[in-house]
Amino acid sequence: MKLSKTFDKALWVFHLNSGSCNACDIEIVAAITPRYDTERFGIKLVGTPRHADVLLFTGPVTKKMKDRVLRVYEQTPEPKVVLVVGNCGSTTGVYYDSYGIEGPLDELLPEDANIIYANGCPVRPENIINGVKEAWLFLEKVRGDNE
Amino acid sequence: MNLEVLIEGWFFKVVLTVLVSFIGVFLGLLYKGFDRKITAMMQSRIGPPWIQPFRDVKKLFMKETIIPDTAIPWLFNAAPIVALVAPLIALAYLPLGPFGPIMEGYGGLILLLYLLAIPAVAMAFGGLASGSPYATVGSQRELVLMMSYELPLAITAVALAFNYETFSIATISSEPVWNSVGMMGGIGFALILAALFAVMPGELSKVPFDQAEAETELAGGLFVEYSGRNLGIFYIAEVVKMVVVGAFLIALFFPYNLSSLYSFGGPEINGMMLWNVIVDTAFFLFKLLIIIYVAVSVIRVGFARFQINKASYFYWVPMTIISLLGMLLVVVGGAA
Repeated sequence: MKLSKTFDKALWVFHLNSGSCNACDIEIVAAITPRYDTERFGIKLVGTPRHADVLLFTGPVTKKMKDRVLRVYEQTPEPKVVLVVGNCGSTTGVYYDSYGIEGPLDELLPEDANIIYANGCPVRPENIINGVKEAWLFLEKVRGDNE
Repeated sequence: MNLEVLIEGWFFKVVLTVLVSFIGVFLGLLYKGFDRKITAMMQSRIGPPWIQPFRDVKKLFMKETIIPDTAIPWLFNAAPIVALVAPLIALAYLPLGPFGPIMEGYGGLILLLYLLAIPAVAMAFGGLASGSPYATVGSQRELVLMMSYELPLAITAVALAFNYETFSIATISSEPVWNSVGMMGGIGFALILAALFAVMPGELSKVPFDQAEAETELAGGLFVEYSGRNLGIFYIAEVVKMVVVGAFLIALFFPYNLSSLYSFGGPEINGMMLWNVIVDTAFFLFKLLIIIYVAVSVIRVGFARFQINKASYFYWVPMTIISLLGMLLVVVGGAA
């Protein structure tokens, strides 16, 4: 079926900690509390990548997590968007050049992966919601390309 | 062909069943939306708009449907369809507001009990067929829970059948149960109703009895490997089941109609006044909303998930005792 606008308003999110310090993870939880309430945009945290539309990765990818990250990415049904939360995922942040780090996510994921960044250390809940907005803009672009 | 013959005919029944199925799906998604909105408001959140479940389903049908290598494909794909069809068939055997059961005379309470049990079994088989350890644990939990809540549910059916001396749901819902018994029987049915309200969240696998799905511990449980279209069908099956169980409760214990108090008149169609039908339908939908609000939304907000052994104990011991006591009072009290 063709991607329609309904898709934007029903994004289900799977959260995977790929070796972060837990600060971003707490901010993700903050984004679903009554103060920010992302459920009003139809965003729901789900327990398995099979249900997900958005993969939410936090943290630089450690050696142990590399295979798991790739596997979770492959398990997610198309169409999917990757939302990298925090500086670590985009640049490895304070763990730069560490021996246990496999590098930022965009070097690991396949070339055609759709990656969107929400930066901050830790990222603020507002910025996570902004990241979702960027995901909407991205999906709009995909729809435009399909037409 | 005149109208009477047409309405008695099988073709009309088939058309009505299809129509009621679509209405059931629509109502289920609508009530799911209200449930989510009300839940959000009780948690001082804004919550998703009431249209959200429609969007969710539409989105799920747009997604890719993955069948894992470890799964048994035919069973994996059949489970969602069976889980959806059973409650849709049950709708045809239930009185809905002013309208009697479409399949009146072809099956009663016993059939409904079986139809209510089928979705849980289908979900468990789907989970087992998906070949994931999480789904296997979820399926086992679902079956354990099913075995626990079936007894209080069956006792309800037995007590009602004893009181009315029939299993026909049309006869049972033709007169409110509270009018047909004395003081003692009334208390007995109140106890049975309380047990049935406790069974409802278990039947619908909602918090506090959602151990089979348990997103925080089993990562989605039964549905862990389901995606796309299959997950969408399960989503619809779940919401239709909510309507079916609500309508079941209304038919057994609250079959009140406003038109019996005051006739609103209107043009007569096949022996029913038009305005009466409209008012009674609205009243039925309102009753359904109240039942879902009490048995799903309030309980979901108020409780956390039980451990599976505690949930099983809850149904096997306190609820079974309450419903047995209720049945005893009904039997001893007798008809008024």
